[in-house]
Amino acid sequence: MKQHVELRNHPAELHKFRLRLSISAGFVLILFLILYARFYYLQVMQQEHYQTLAEANRISISPLVPNRGLIYDRSGRILAQNYSAYTLEVIPSQIKDLEATLNELADIIEITPTDRQRFKKLLKESKRFKSLPVRSRLTDEEIATFAVNRYRFPGVEIKARVLRQYPEKEIVSHIVGYISRINDQDLDQLENNGELHNYRGSQHIGKIGIEQSYEKQLHGITGFEEVETDAAGRSIRVLSRTPPLSGSNLILSLDLGLQEAAEKAFGDRRGALVALDPNNGEVLAFVSKPGYDNNLFIGGIDQENWNLLNKSIDRPLNNRALRGVYPPGSTFKPFMALAALELGKRTPEYSMSDPGFFSLPGVDRRYRDWKPGGHGRVDLHKSLVVSCDTYYYSLANDLGIDNIHSFIGQFGLGKRTGIDIEGEVAGLLPSSAWKMSQYKQKWYAGDTISVSIGQGYNLATPLQLAFATMVIANNGKAYAPRLVKQIQNSQTGEVEDIPAKLLYSLNLKPKNLEVVKNALVDVTRPGGTAAKAGANAAYTFAGKTGTSQVIAIKQGERYNEKAINERHRDHAMFIAYAPAENPKIALAVLVENTGTGGSTAAPIARQVFDYFLLGKPSEAAIAQLAEPAADHDHHHHHEHL
Amino acid sequence: MDDIKKIWHFLTRYIDSFLLIGLLTLMAVGLIVLYSATGANMARVSNQVINMLIALVIMWLVANIPLQQIMRLALPMYILGLVLLVGVALFGEINNGARRWLNIGVTRIQPSELMKIAIPLMMAWYFDKHEITLRLKDYIGATVLLLLPVLLILRQPDLGTAILIASSGFYVLFLAGLSWRIIAGLMVTVAGSLPVFWTVMHDYQRRRIITLLDPSQDPLGAGYHTIQSSIAIGSGGVVGKGWQNGTQTQLDFLPEQSTDFIFAVFSEEFGLMGNTVLLLLYLLVIGRCLVITANASTQFTRLIAGSITLTFCTYIFVNMGMVSGILPIVGVPLPLISYGGTSMVTMLLGFGILMSIQTHPKLVKT
Repeated sequence: MKQHVELRNHPAELHKFRLRLSISAGFVLILFLILYARFYYLQVMQQEHYQTLAEANRISISPLVPNRGLIYDRSGRILAQNYSAYTLEVIPSQIKDLEATLNELADIIEITPTDRQRFKKLLKESKRFKSLPVRSRLTDEEIATFAVNRYRFPGVEIKARVLRQYPEKEIVSHIVGYISRINDQDLDQLENNGELHNYRGSQHIGKIGIEQSYEKQLHGITGFEEVETDAAGRSIRVLSRTPPLSGSNLILSLDLGLQEAAEKAFGDRRGALVALDPNNGEVLAFVSKPGYDNNLFIGGIDQENWNLLNKSIDRPLNNRALRGVYPPGSTFKPFMALAALELGKRTPEYSMSDPGFFSLPGVDRRYRDWKPGGHGRVDLHKSLVVSCDTYYYSLANDLGIDNIHSFIGQFGLGKRTGIDIEGEVAGLLPSSAWKMSQYKQKWYAGDTISVSIGQGYNLATPLQLAFATMVIANNGKAYAPRLVKQIQNSQTGEVEDIPAKLLYSLNLKPKNLEVVKNALVDVTRPGGTAAKAGANAAYTFAGKTGTSQVIAIKQGERYNEKAINERHRDHAMFIAYAPAENPKIALAVLVENTGTGGSTAAPIARQVFDYFLLGKPSEAAIAQLAEPAADHDHHHHHEHL
Repeated sequence: MDDIKKIWHFLTRYIDSFLLIGLLTLMAVGLIVLYSATGANMARVSNQVINMLIALVIMWLVANIPLQQIMRLALPMYILGLVLLVGVALFGEINNGARRWLNIGVTRIQPSELMKIAIPLMMAWYFDKHEITLRLKDYIGATVLLLLPVLLILRQPDLGTAILIASSGFYVLFLAGLSWRIIAGLMVTVAGSLPVFWTVMHDYQRRRIITLLDPSQDPLGAGYHTIQSSIAIGSGGVVGKGWQNGTQTQLDFLPEQSTDFIFAVFSEEFGLMGNTVLLLLYLLVIGRCLVITANASTQFTRLIAGSITLTFCTYIFVNMGMVSGILPIVGVPLPLISYGGTSMVTMLLGFGILMSIQTHPKLVKT
C-alpha cells in the first residue's frame, strides 16, 4: 500500500471514528431493545388476546359478496341477470383421491362428461385450496340426496351462489361480453389497481365487452362479517357486519328489437352492422355475425366447446364490428367528394368524360372503372349515384394523399372512435409519412389512385364507418359512440344519465354538404346503385354502396365471382342514414364474401331502417332479400400494385 | 496429512471463523424455519441450500481478495450500477406497477441489488480519496453520489430498497465525521419533506402507512398481513407452539411466510424464548463485525466495514419491525433467514468484504 495512506492513520482521527462507531452501536442496541419490547408486548402482555384470535381462528372475517349489477337495453329488456342456484363444490386440497370422489359423487348426483371436462380445466387453472364447482343448478332432490350422504364426502359442499345469465346469448354477446372465473392475471391486475380487497370472496370478473369495461360499476362493494367460531369451525355469533353494496345497473342505448331485426336481416351470413343515433352518438345496434353463446364462459368453458368456437372458420369470437378491418371500398367516395368541394378541387358543375379508365400523365398503365366502357359524362352528383371510379381516380391525383389523409381523418377514419368498450382497433388511413415510417418508401402517385376508391392501404372497422356516416348525417358533429346510456344506483334506484360527448364539430359549408347528401339520396333511387333497396321507402333514404376487395386480381384479368373460392369473394359494404332531411339513425353494414353492397348489404340497412322508423319490416325489403340479387352493382378489382 | 493441512489452510486462510460460525448458525436456523414454513417442502429447502452454497462460495472468493483490489472496483461498479438504473428507468419491465427489472437479453437483472454493495464501496472510496481535505463540499459531493441512485430507485418505485441504500450511504457519511449540526439539519429536512413524499407516493404505499396506524380499517386488504403476522407472533407466547405446530403458519393464514414474513413463523413456533436466542445470535454477529470495523486500518476499510455492519442491522430492524407491526410493510427480507438467493448473495458478499478486511495483513502504523 502506498505511503500516504499510512500517514493518514492519525490517532485523533481514529478516535473520532471509534466514537462515531460506538454511538452507532448504542443506537443499534436501542433499536433491538425496541424490537424486544414489542415482542414482549405481543407475546407476554397480549399473548392471551392473540391466542384467542389464533386458536381455531376464533374470529374469522368472511367477505359478503355483492350482487353484480344488471344490464338492460334502452327499453328495459334484460341482457344480463343474476339467479340464485345451489352448486356442488369441492376443495381439491382437502380431498385425497379426487377421481375416486368424483366417481362416488356421480353415483348420487348426475355429473356429465362435459361437467367433468370443465372441472378438470378449472382444476388446472386454480389454486388447490379454492372451492371449485363441479355442478351447478342442483335440484331440490339432488340437494336432499347429498345431505343424506354428506358424511361420506369431506371437502365437498353444497353452496348457494348467485350466478350470471345472458338470456339473449348470441344476439348481444359481442356487446355484453361475459364474466368468467378470476385467474392469476386478473389477480395481478386487481392488486396493481389496489382493488384486490374488494374481490375477496368474488369468483368472477368481467373479461370482455360491457362486462369488462364497466367492471368497476357492475361489481359493487364487498361487505364483511366478523364471526366468532368455536373449535369445530361452527359459527357462534356474528360480531359485526358491514353489508355489501350491490353493483350499479347499466342501461344501454342499444335497442334490442332493432338488434334482433338486424340479426334476422343477416340470416346466416357473416358480417357486421353498427347503427348510431346521429344526434348523440348512442349505439342503437351493434351486430357482429356470427355471435356465440356467452353463457358458456361463465363457469369456465369446457375444451370441446372452446375448440368449436376458437377453431371455427367463421371465427364467432371475433368482434367484427369493433375489431374487423376492411377496405371501405366505394363507401369512401362521399368523403372524397366532400374533400373535393371543401378544398376547392372540384365544383358541383364540373364534369368529365369517362372512357372507362384513367391513366396518370405520361404513364401507360390503365386504372379501370368497374364499368367497361365507362359512364359517359360524369359530374360529382353522378359520380356518387353510379359510383364512377374514374372520377375519383382523377380527383385523387389532384388532391394528393396528404390532403386526403388530413381531410378524411376528420371523419374518424384511421383512429379509434373512443367507444366505451375495450379492444377497438384503429384501422388505417394512409399518408405519405405513414408509408415512409412503415415501409421506408416514398409515396407513389399510383398509391393514391387505389386509396381514392377505398382500396389500397385503406382499412376501416364497421364502427368507424358508422361513425363517419354519423358525422356526415348530422352535418359535422362528431359524438363519441357509446353503449351505456344510463347508470342506475341499485341501492337508491337513482338513474344517472351519461351525457352525450361531442368530441368536435367540423366546420363544413352547408352548400357542399347539400350537394353530397342529395347525391346520397339519389343512390337509393332509380338509377342509383342501391335503387332496389330504396324502392318504395316511406322515408328519404341516403346511402352509399361499396365493395371491399378480399384478393387482388392481376392486371388484365377480370373478377369472376363464380370462379372464386367463397371465402375469397368480395365483401359487400353499405353506409346509410335516414330520414335524410332529419337523420335519426346512421349505420354501416358489412356482409362478408357476398359480392356487392347494393345487392346484399343495402337491403339489410333497409330492413333496419324500416324497423326503426316504421316499426315493422317492409314486405318489399323481405321480398327483395328472398329473390337472388340481379347484379346492379359493381366490382372494383384492382391489379395488385 | 500434510496435504490436508495445506488444503485446510488454503480454504480458511482469509476466513474469520468467529463470524463464519455465527453466519452458519443463523443460516441453519433459517433452514429449520423454512422447512416448517413451506409445509415440509424439501424441494424448497434444498433450493435454499443451493442458494446458500453459492453465496458462501462468493463470500469465500471476496474474502480472498485484498481490499486494495476491491477498492479499484468501487468507481466502475458505481458507474455500471448507475447506467443500469437509468436503463431501468428508460427500458425497464413493468411488474406489479413498478419498473425494477432490466432485460439484458440473456436474463433479467435488478440493478438496485448491485447498488446495495456499490454505494458503500463508492462512498468509502470517495472519502478515502478526499481524506486530508475533508470539508463541507466533500460531504455535499458524497451526498450527490448517494442521491442519484436513491432517486432513481424511488422512481421505480421501490421504497424499501431506496431506504436501505440511502441509509447505507448515510452511515458512511456519519462515520466519516459529518458534523452533528448537518445531521440535525438533515433530520429536519427529512421530517419537512414527509408531506411531499406523501403526495408522490403510490396509492398502495399510502395504504400501507394508513394500515399501519389502524390495521382494522381494512382487514381484508392491506391490513391483512399485519393482523395475521401479529396474531402469529402474539399467539406464540413465551415458549412457542413448537416446530411445525404453528396454526397461523400451517393453516396458511400467514402471507409470504417463507420470504418476508418468515420471522412470524419462527416467532409463532419458538415464542419469546426463540426470539431472544435469535436476537442474541444476530447481536453476536453484529458485535464481531463492529470489532472488525474498529480494528480496520484505513479510512476506506473502516467506512466500508461500518456501513455494511449498520446496513445489516437496518435489515434486521426493518424486517422484524414490519412483521411485528411497528413499521409499514416495505418488502425487506430477514437477512440469512428469508428464502431467496439474491439477498443471500448480497449479504454474504458484504461479509466476505468484512473477512477480507480482518484477515489480510494490516498496515503497521507509523
